[in-house]
This record gives sequence, structure tokens and C-alpha cells, in this order.
Amino acid sequence: MSTLVSPGTVAVLRTEARLFGREVGSLFWIVAFPVVLLCVMGFIPGYREPDPELGGLRVVDLYVPVTVLLSMIMAAILAMPPVVFAYREAGVLRRLRTTPVRPLTLLAAQVGLHGAAVVASTVLLLLVGRLAFGTPVPASPGWYLLAYVLALVVSFGLGAIVTAIAPNARIGMAVGMVLFFPSMFTAGVWFPVQAMGGLLQRVVELTPLGAASQALHQAMAGQAPDLQHLGVMALWTVVCYGIASRTFRWE
Amino acid sequence: MTDAPSAPAVLVEGLRKTYGATVAVDDVSLAVEHSEVLGILGPNGAGKTTTVESIAGLRTGDAGRIRVHGLDPWTQRDALVRVLGVQLQSSALQPKITVREALELWTAFYDDPVPWGDLTDALGLTEHLDRRFLDLSGGQQQRLSIALALVGRPRVAILDELSTGLDPRARRDVWRLVRDLRDRGVTVLLVTHSMEEAQELCDRIAIIDAGRVRALGTPDELVRTGTAATIVSFEVPGRADLDVLRGLDGVTTVRVDDRRVVVEGAEDVVLAVLAALDAQRVVPQRLRVAAGSLDAAYLDLTTTLTEETA
Repeated sequence: MSTLVSPGTVAVLRTEARLFGREVGSLFWIVAFPVVLLCVMGFIPGYREPDPELGGLRVVDLYVPVTVLLSMIMAAILAMPPVVFAYREAGVLRRLRTTPVRPLTLLAAQVGLHGAAVVASTVLLLLVGRLAFGTPVPASPGWYLLAYVLALVVSFGLGAIVTAIAPNARIGMAVGMVLFFPSMFTAGVWFPVQAMGGLLQRVVELTPLGAASQALHQAMAGQAPDLQHLGVMALWTVVCYGIASRTFRWE
Repeated sequence: MTDAPSAPAVLVEGLRKTYGATVAVDDVSLAVEHSEVLGILGPNGAGKTTTVESIAGLRTGDAGRIRVHGLDPWTQRDALVRVLGVQLQSSALQPKITVREALELWTAFYDDPVPWGDLTDALGLTEHLDRRFLDLSGGQQQRLSIALALVGRPRVAILDELSTGLDPRARRDVWRLVRDLRDRGVTVLLVTHSMEEAQELCDRIAIIDAGRVRALGTPDELVRTGTAATIVSFEVPGRADLDVLRGLDGVTTVRVDDRRVVVEGAEDVVLAVLAALDAQRVVPQRLRVAAGSLDAAYLDLTTTLTEETA
């Protein structure tokens, strides 16, 4: 390659960004829905009271990392795989193989755009939480960023598994659902991981989103995340992308 | 390019491709000259698409060798995609991309693209530029697919089932485009099921069946190799012994069609038929001699094989 980013790559990114802008459903679930959920939690009076069992935190405070992770799950497991299935089944990826642009460019653009939507959602969540309900902002921005990037990467690793192991869109949707609900649970959507305690918490911490939840929570509170949580995410990342890169089919 | 001026634009030598126990392409060799339109005909599953997909670098053969302008499609795809334009048999685009966006996107892939407005004018797409791919009719999608194959100013174009799903008028437009391509020196590989299209457009035709090239030649040559190269038909006022005609050398069929006697056979049957009638003192009326069709030659070439392998 003569230049780092070819005009073809730029054109793919621009076109896919336009197309992503037409996916109103995806944008709603990734960007708007987590914010709506945070607001619902914030409007429940009891959730705005400090709870001694949570170390003096309020439930709504715990829901900031939860909704951040929810946005990642929506993007990586629910929204992104169907795009890949559609492109593969329609022959878009195959067709690109006959042009100077590689089909990988198209997939990378899709992952990048879904990731950007998650980042937009996160910024909104931190702002809305802070302004409307006085939730904390990350006290350790550096650790928070590290935990955040790892969580994002491992989420898309789960999405990559879905696209790689499912032979078609129909099975892909089923596989996606099988991953979606446990991911929501381990991220703490129904019950924050920090409030689980005991054996359940120790098991959930070993899942990618459970570890992500703990790491984000600790960085939010100003601590360095436990090495265990970062390590669990890193390990899952290696496993997911290892499996996906071995089994993914372009057509 | 790197190849000698005498080298063919596309060279296929001993191509073989199997999928498990299925032999998709058994042994195909072809040499396509520069600015030639080569038609590839054959029954479904004969290996046509696998052959052109191997030329396009989408499949790697198990044996054999392919060169496109001197480039090996299996190892030099980065260079190949700059000389080759491909319209695949069944490949869609992003569902919500508009015609204009698709053309702009493809234009950005190439160093010296054709102004896409020329293509949309020639293909009757100009009034649909802002429609999304999923809202286009099958024929419009097909025309967009052809435009995208040609926007990079390819030296070699592969068009698989070019006019499938097109109405007669769009078909004529597409045919004109293919002739323009050849006039500008582009080499075209045309996979088709339409004898009419092959006869209209192709300089030479390769008939592929069961993974092998069964015949290769100009449309006229292929018609002559068929057992029904010539069709003689006439009316007889009285009675005539048609069995005598059936016994003549080179005659394949004799039938009576609505009081017209129709004799099909090799080229030299005309004089033999007339001599046989003269011997019976029968004077044929409203005599007509016609060249056989490519259809007949095609059916001859492909059915013989089916019988052999059956």
C-alpha cells in the first residue's frame, strides 16, 4: 500500500457512515435506550437514596456503568451481526473481493461506526447522569478509559463470535439472543453486579461483562481496577477473536 | 502490462476445480484474444461460473494455470483487480445504498474511473440515481451491477448472466454497451444462457459441459459442426418417398411440418436431396434453404455428452 489510508477506504467509511445513519432502530437501541433506562432508574425515588449496603452509593450511581455496558451489548451483539450477515449473504463482501478494496475494510468500518455510537451513548450517559441525578464522573479517567476500551473490545469479540459461528442470519439471530440475555444479566442490567455479593458475584466476575462492570465501577470510584477484572476481559478477548478469526467465512 | 503483445488477454490452461467429490471444472483450457468477446455457454452446473470465478481470483483451482494480462489471479489479486471488472451472477449491494452512492463508492476505488454518468445514461439508470438498492427492480439492480463492473475502466470484463431479468429494451442497451466495450479494446467474457445473445455479441463461443470445453469457435463454425447445420424445406405437389431422403448421407432428420417437408443435416445435403427428388421425378416447390441455428448445435453438443455420461 502506498498510503496508509487509500481513497477507497475513506469512501467505504463515508458510505457506511451514511448507511448506518439510516439504521434508526440500531441508533435507538445503542444511543437512546440506555439513556432512557438510566432516566427511568433515576426517577424511582428509592434509587436516589444512599444505601449503606452499597457502601453509601445510590442504585442510580451503579446504573451508570450498567447502562454504558448495555449500550456496548446492544451495538456488538444485537445491531452489528445482522449487518455482517446481510453483507455476507447478499454477496457484498464477495463482490468487494473483485475490487481494489478488501472486504475486511467494510467490516472494520461497521465495527468502527457501531463503536462510535457506543462512545456517543457513553458521553450522553455520563452527562445526563451527572446533570440530572448527580451521579459521579470517573474519578480515575485513565483507568476508566483502559477498562472502557477493554470492555468495548471484548463486547465486539462476542459479536464477532456470533458472526463467525452462525452459518446464516436466522441461526445468527438465535445465537445472538443466547449471548444477549446472559450478557445483559452479567453486566448487571437487572441487578447490579456490585449488589450481587457472594458466590454469584464471584462467578459473574469471570464473565466478560461481569468483569467489565466491576472494572468500570472501580475506576469510577477512583481505584485502579483489580488485575483480575482486566485479565478476565483480556483473556475473553483473545479467546473470542481467536475463535472468530478461525471460523469466519467471507461467503 | 508485462505480457508480450502476442499473449492472449486471458489464458486458461488445464483448469480443474473440485468441491469434495464433485468435479465442478474437470479440464478447461481457453485463450481469449485482446478485444474479443468470448461467450461461455453450457447447461446449469456445467462449470461456467466456477471457470469465470477462477479467472476473477475468487476461487483457486486445484490444478492448471490462469493468466489475465500476464497476471496470476490466484497470487496477484492486488494487480488483477485493476485490470478486471466483474459482474457476478448473484451479488447484491448494501440494501439501503442508493444508485448514486454505489457509483460514487466504486468510483473512489479506481485511479482512472469512467465518469459514471456515461454508464447510467447508457444503461437507463439516470432517473433512478436516488433510489435505494432494495427498491430497484431486478433488472435495475442488474444494470447497476453492470455499471459497477465497468466503472474502473477494466481491460477485461467478466459478465455472468448479463441480461438475465432484463426487458427486451434494456437487453438491447446492454448489448450496445458490450459492443462499445469491444470497440474500445476491452476483452469480454460473457457467460450466458441465451443463444440469441451469444450469436449477436460473441466473436467466439465456448460450449462447456460437465467441466470440459466441448466446442470452441465462431458462432458460424459451431452451427456448421452441428448435425443440423443446414435446413432444407419444400412442398411436394404429389407423392414422394421420404424414406429415400432419410437414407442419404449426412441427413439427420426428415419430418413433415404442415405439408412442408423439412430435412435437417450437414451442409452438403442440399444437392443430395435435390438429386434424390429429381430421381423420383418430383419437383420441389417453394424450396427454402436455411442455416441451422446455434440452438440446434448447442443441443447436439451438450446432449451427446449427457448420453455418454448417463
